[in-house]
Amino acid sequence: MSGVKAFVADFGLPRIIIAVFLLALFVIAPFVGVSLTSSFINVTARFGMNGIMVLAMVPMIQSGCGLNFGLPLGVIAGLLGATLGIEFGLTGIAGFGVATLITLTLGAIFGFGYGKLLNRVKGDEMMIATYVGFSSVMLMSMAWIVLPYKSPTMIWGFAGEGLRTTISVEGFWDKILSNFLAVRIGPEFVFPTGMVLVFAICVALVWFFLHLKTGTAMTAVGSNPVYARASGIDVNRMRLVSVVLSTMLGGFGILVYQQSFGFIQLYEGPFSMAFPAVAAILIGGASVNKANMVNVFVGTFLFQGILTMTPSVINSVIKADFSEVIRVIISNGMILYALTRKTKVAR
Amino acid sequence: MKNKFKLFLIDNAVVVVFVLLIAIAIPLAGMPGKYLLQEVLTRLGRNAFLVLALLLPIMAGMGLNFGMVLGAMAGQIGLIFVSSWSIRGIPGLVLAVILATPIAVLLGYVCGSVLNKAKGREMVTGYILAFFMNGIYQLLVLYAMGSLIPIGNPELLLSRGYGIRNVVDLIGVRQSLDKVLQLTVAGIKLPIATYLVIAAMCAFIVWFKRTKLGQDMRAVGQERAVSLASGIPVERTRIIAIIISTVLAAVGQIIFLQNLGTLNTYNSHEQTGMFSIAALLIGGASVRKASIPNVIVGVVLFHLMFIVSPMAGKNLIGSAQLGEFFRQFISYGVIALSLVLFAWKRQANEDASRASLRGGASKGGAA
Repeated sequence: MSGVKAFVADFGLPRIIIAVFLLALFVIAPFVGVSLTSSFINVTARFGMNGIMVLAMVPMIQSGCGLNFGLPLGVIAGLLGATLGIEFGLTGIAGFGVATLITLTLGAIFGFGYGKLLNRVKGDEMMIATYVGFSSVMLMSMAWIVLPYKSPTMIWGFAGEGLRTTISVEGFWDKILSNFLAVRIGPEFVFPTGMVLVFAICVALVWFFLHLKTGTAMTAVGSNPVYARASGIDVNRMRLVSVVLSTMLGGFGILVYQQSFGFIQLYEGPFSMAFPAVAAILIGGASVNKANMVNVFVGTFLFQGILTMTPSVINSVIKADFSEVIRVIISNGMILYALTRKTKVAR
Repeated sequence: MKNKFKLFLIDNAVVVVFVLLIAIAIPLAGMPGKYLLQEVLTRLGRNAFLVLALLLPIMAGMGLNFGMVLGAMAGQIGLIFVSSWSIRGIPGLVLAVILATPIAVLLGYVCGSVLNKAKGREMVTGYILAFFMNGIYQLLVLYAMGSLIPIGNPELLLSRGYGIRNVVDLIGVRQSLDKVLQLTVAGIKLPIATYLVIAAMCAFIVWFKRTKLGQDMRAVGQERAVSLASGIPVERTRIIAIIISTVLAAVGQIIFLQNLGTLNTYNSHEQTGMFSIAALLIGGASVRKASIPNVIVGVVLFHLMFIVSPMAGKNLIGSAQLGEFFRQFISYGVIALSLVLFAWKRQANEDASRASLRGGASKGGAA
């Protein structure tokens, strides 16, 4: 009995509720006419799409910078990479490769500045990250209007100014990763092997990095900054590395998302990217200053599972679209739970 | 000496920057002075009360109360009921306040208790709590109203039979407070009654600071551990500060919406928090220190910015959309800037005091 209690305390009641809720959705699904296979494939596709952005949370959580509400900054790097790639007229592997290169470079630059800033505001990172993210989204919204893009697929057709709000990547790198080695299951379902593989490789790389000397030092900084400094670790440098890494991952994450989704969303698009990623990693079992790869996998799966399953199942059961409200309550409720939990290390 | 000057600049940087920005933007926008004055005076009446609601939590050391959105929701629920019963004029407003107050007290209690569990990160927690409660609010207004909760006036409901429409016309209470005592001076309309309510609120805050509870709140804001040791119920005091702030936000939202005359059921409250906080910060307040003059200066500067920036953007680059993005950028940016400056200063002070402990080595060392 005490074993169960300890498990509940350790894993957290909200997570158990969410997992049970998702399980219930899967159980109910066949009875209300929702195909289980199609649901499963949908969840897998969304899992691959969003996974890397959830992974982008890990380095900053590990180094004690908290939840990366500043993810939009990385997303902006990704948007710049994608639009520049299209502007150069590159398609296929070359296009995606160049977009990735630009994204990673810009991500590193943005991350560097962002990390320098966060190093000066220790203890208030999360709130500042949120607003730095938001204001950079608005700054870029102005830039999308003003920047001299020429490619006809991206600018407004006539009498308009600046880039379109959504840009199709069809003809450039639509589903380039998703279709790589894709396995066809049934008439309309394709398992996106390539995308899931890329996600797995990224997870493996980050896992590997966290076990290198630098990665270990980073974790030490997050667990106990005073102890880390006493043992000769440059605290600020480790935090900076983690922020750069998070931002680069965020940028690459949105590229993977776009190639599967088929569209680039500019202007206010990046606004809505941080919260789902933050909620996902927390649902996966991470806390404000501890996260690992299992949290990423479990969290992305649970969160995307709920996002995919609630609209179809709930709508068939009670004929009302609760799903948006459920999403808001679950994701913010989870973040709230993590913020109010007493963390083992007092900060 | 040089350090003192630097600290002074950091203290007042925001106000100086905004005065400069506005000084550039006003001639660019090319709006007539009388129009600007009228707009600013109207918006002062509309918004000042909401911004005043932020003062007490700052005094209690809880930072900017992003949870004030909860109060705004309570105010809106009050207004929805009043509209559904078609109660007009001042009685309608008073009834809305009476209905909103218990809801705001309850929400404030919840908010205060949650924030007590997240000491040291109240702001981000309050911010997320506002999003969370927004979900509950939607559940209530979009699904429960008209189905579980009877709504008398079918015009308020969506065509499917339950849930409140996106826009509620507050025709019954529209500007009923503003028009009680409206003076026209040189063609400019002054909502004196609204100003009187705001002045009364200012007086209340000044008086409240001198009461035992107000003193306790300040002590808690200064140093939690010492306050606790000297017998102040810290957690209770913090909850009271948030409850008062939430109730004031509810009343403030009602004043705000009676001036506008329409309620955007699912958006009005979302902007309330951000705009009020941005206004207060532009007025020179910080996370730890805010005064009534900050509120007034902030509301005036923020709204000047708000009025002129789309036109200035249009005349400068030829795109009104650009100006719209610019003013959103400013709202977010000023909050970011002010939080950064405050955290920066605090960290600099900490480093300086640590350095002085080590024997006055003023530079280097402290990472």
